[in-house]
Amino acid sequence: MKRFWPSPLLSLVMWCLWLLLANDFSAGQMVLGVFFAWLIPVLTQPFWLSRPRIQKPWKLLSFLLLVHRDIVVANLAVAKLVLGSPSRLRPAFVEVPLDIRDDFVITMLASVVSLTPGTVSADVSRDRSVLLVHGLDVADIPEMIATIKQRYEAPLKEIFGC
Amino acid sequence: MAMAVEILVSFLILTGATFTLIGSIGLVRLQDFYTRLHGPTKATTLGVGSIILASLVFFTAKTGVLSVHEVLITLFLFITAPVSAHLLAKAAMHRQEKKVKNTHGEPWGQ
Repeated sequence: MKRFWPSPLLSLVMWCLWLLLANDFSAGQMVLGVFFAWLIPVLTQPFWLSRPRIQKPWKLLSFLLLVHRDIVVANLAVAKLVLGSPSRLRPAFVEVPLDIRDDFVITMLASVVSLTPGTVSADVSRDRSVLLVHGLDVADIPEMIATIKQRYEAPLKEIFGC
Repeated sequence: MAMAVEILVSFLILTGATFTLIGSIGLVRLQDFYTRLHGPTKATTLGVGSIILASLVFFTAKTGVLSVHEVLITLFLFITAPVSAHLLAKAAMHRQEKKVKNTHGEPWGQ
């Protein structure tokens, strides 16, 4: 079963993607979509990281909303910083200790960090214990670490239960 | 097309254009590679987002059918932007790019 239909969720996402890409919700496209939604996961199965099971789907939804809100806020904040005096910026490389060890969840955390307030994740240590983050304007380094851990890492940990 | 829709679309396009412009200004004004990385990855997500939203509203109002494939551009952008920023940062650290003097902390050696 697992070999012939590796990930039902991925298949569902691919099917929706296909219909959206075609921008045509006719029966023919739906059947074609089902075919691709089955074929592509089977073919790409060896490349995928093993993804931990989502424990709390509703929590994931509210987390995504939070991230979207933060992206908008981040844009305004960064716009203000860029238009202000560049010499007054306080850029910093910050090492954020990680509680999560799973590659897939760390990838999600790193992507969220890169998308939100003035931070880009630059590297992750080989043993997956530290995330190196570059901040554009960091006033208080311990506070920034605490924010990343509470605001983004804790919900992810809860969602994937790891 | 209704006046309200036109106003909404122009507002979204102007917002998008402004943020994209600010992203480019950031690229010129910021001092080192690492801070410059923030301009295009941040200010442009809202810029592109607004323009895509404008396109969605415009074509939905024009054809009367909900046009949703613009949403995919946002989705792909949100997946690829952090990855490319991450790789750029890694490459910069590998090349030991100069950082501005008041930067706290050190990049990692590769």
